[in-house]
Amino acid sequence: MEVSPPPSSRRLDKTVESFMVWVLRAGGWASVLVTFGIVLTLVTESWPFFREVPLIRLFQDTMWTPLFAQPQYGIGALLAGTLVTTGVALLVAIPLGTILAIYLSEFAEPKFRDWVKPMLELLSAVPTVVYGYFALLTLTPILQKIFPDLPQFSMLSAGLIMGVMIVPYVTSLGEDAMRSVPMLLREGAFALGDGKLGVAVRVVFPGAFSGLAAAYVLAISRAVGETMIVAIAAGLQPKMTFNPLESAATVTAFIVQVSLGDLPHGSIGYQSIFAAGAVLFLMTLGFNLAGHVLRKRFHRAT
Amino acid sequence: MSLPPVPQPSAGSETTTSDAPAAIKVQIQGLNFFYGNHQVLRSISMDVPALQVTALIGPSGCGKTTLLRCMNRMHDLYPGNRYEGAIRVQPDGTDIIAPEVDPIQVRMRFGMVFQKPNPFPKSIFDNIAYGPRIHGLAKDSIELDEIVERSLERAGLWNEVKDRLEQPGTSLSGGQQQRLCIARAIAVGPDVILMDEPCSALDPIATAKVEELISELREQYSIVIVTHSMQQAARVSDRTAYFHLGKLIEVGETKQIFTNPIHRLTEDYITGRFG
Repeated sequence: MEVSPPPSSRRLDKTVESFMVWVLRAGGWASVLVTFGIVLTLVTESWPFFREVPLIRLFQDTMWTPLFAQPQYGIGALLAGTLVTTGVALLVAIPLGTILAIYLSEFAEPKFRDWVKPMLELLSAVPTVVYGYFALLTLTPILQKIFPDLPQFSMLSAGLIMGVMIVPYVTSLGEDAMRSVPMLLREGAFALGDGKLGVAVRVVFPGAFSGLAAAYVLAISRAVGETMIVAIAAGLQPKMTFNPLESAATVTAFIVQVSLGDLPHGSIGYQSIFAAGAVLFLMTLGFNLAGHVLRKRFHRAT
Repeated sequence: MSLPPVPQPSAGSETTTSDAPAAIKVQIQGLNFFYGNHQVLRSISMDVPALQVTALIGPSGCGKTTLLRCMNRMHDLYPGNRYEGAIRVQPDGTDIIAPEVDPIQVRMRFGMVFQKPNPFPKSIFDNIAYGPRIHGLAKDSIELDEIVERSLERAGLWNEVKDRLEQPGTSLSGGQQQRLCIARAIAVGPDVILMDEPCSALDPIATAKVEELISELREQYSIVIVTHSMQQAARVSDRTAYFHLGKLIEVGETKQIFTNPIHRLTEDYITGRFG
């Protein structure tokens, strides 16, 4: 038996529906507009900088001293800091995150998993400023017992803590990728007489690899863009060094430092942070695009 | 639905009229199986003859796949499952569902082919080499190459893939993938091959090829096949067992089951009155 609603209420339904569609569409466009706004700001604000400083100097100079009387603009000095802290963080986050993901997906009892996963995700809810002070005041003194020459600010300490912060990202995404490997594949390997560890390593891991790779790329983006931990614990002196036992400023830390200072709006020093920001944006954009491509391939494979 | 009492055929004492009495490969003796508290198989007793094809048929939920998966301890992968009774494999008479028996040893003797082809995301070569590698069956890479070639040959796939062994297994067609999975199971050197509706995801031509392969394989392997298709059971099997609601209703020579079933339930099923 079907009862059609009276025409007036049907018209109301239609109005509400078209209104809701409009609200949702506006929400979608808002995020696109914000992204374009950011790109526009980066371009217009760094434009005067690049008119004064030719792009080539960014790679020719070996120091980053835009605030000095005789400024140098070797962005390499900042990129080195970013690369080293990111590298240290990934050395922690990728192995640890992957092992945890394999454990949670293939070995843990469902009850244990349901308990551990939210705890792990809590780890990424800790404010990064807390991580930064934890690195500076707790981890660095411990590390100084192992490396007596370690300065108060070091890329090692900041990188390690950043790695811990990123572990949940890798684990959560990695576990999702592994759990989406069909049970039929696992059973096929078990039926050939393989054990649990063998199935996890030989079948589930390769089966989930593109999903895992996407998780790694997101981890890289997160590490490259992380600001607070490195600003607090890695130091603020731009230095062209790849030794994690030294202190050095990252791209993000430099931006924070200048933003907090009292440089006049429009000065070349002020504009240099937009140039640095543009470089940073291009880097994370590149990583995110790579991650997107990998994720798409991953969805096609399963 | 209540069932009329079913006479349980006791192991090894069925009245069959095969031309030559076949040696027995597997004896299932009073097998009960439980998913948690739910009993799925009820005192199953039957023999699986060596070097013959035994078909398990019956309506959905009758327990035929569950029985198949008992024979390679697949149920051990999931918690809360329990076996009672015995499944003895000849010639040594080991009870393969005894808790002290290592399921990995069981699975090396009982290969399995699944409902849907499930090649690993690896090359064709690595798919076949998977089992031999984990069990150390090859001394060196030359021996491994031989095992891979022999397995693919037995599965009738060698000529189709010999020039593309490095391509992913998933690049093959559905029927080829299923024969790849058969070759993969053979490579471990089992005595028995368990097939769980191996053609349900295949088109008629691929099905015909797999059925042809089954007839060839029975010269070297004892085969147990679960199938929804009675025509398939009639075409490929030497013996057929009919299951209903977790009970074995009748088992005998395929010709006899399809032309002159003893039990009325069997007759109703094969004549299509339900199922």
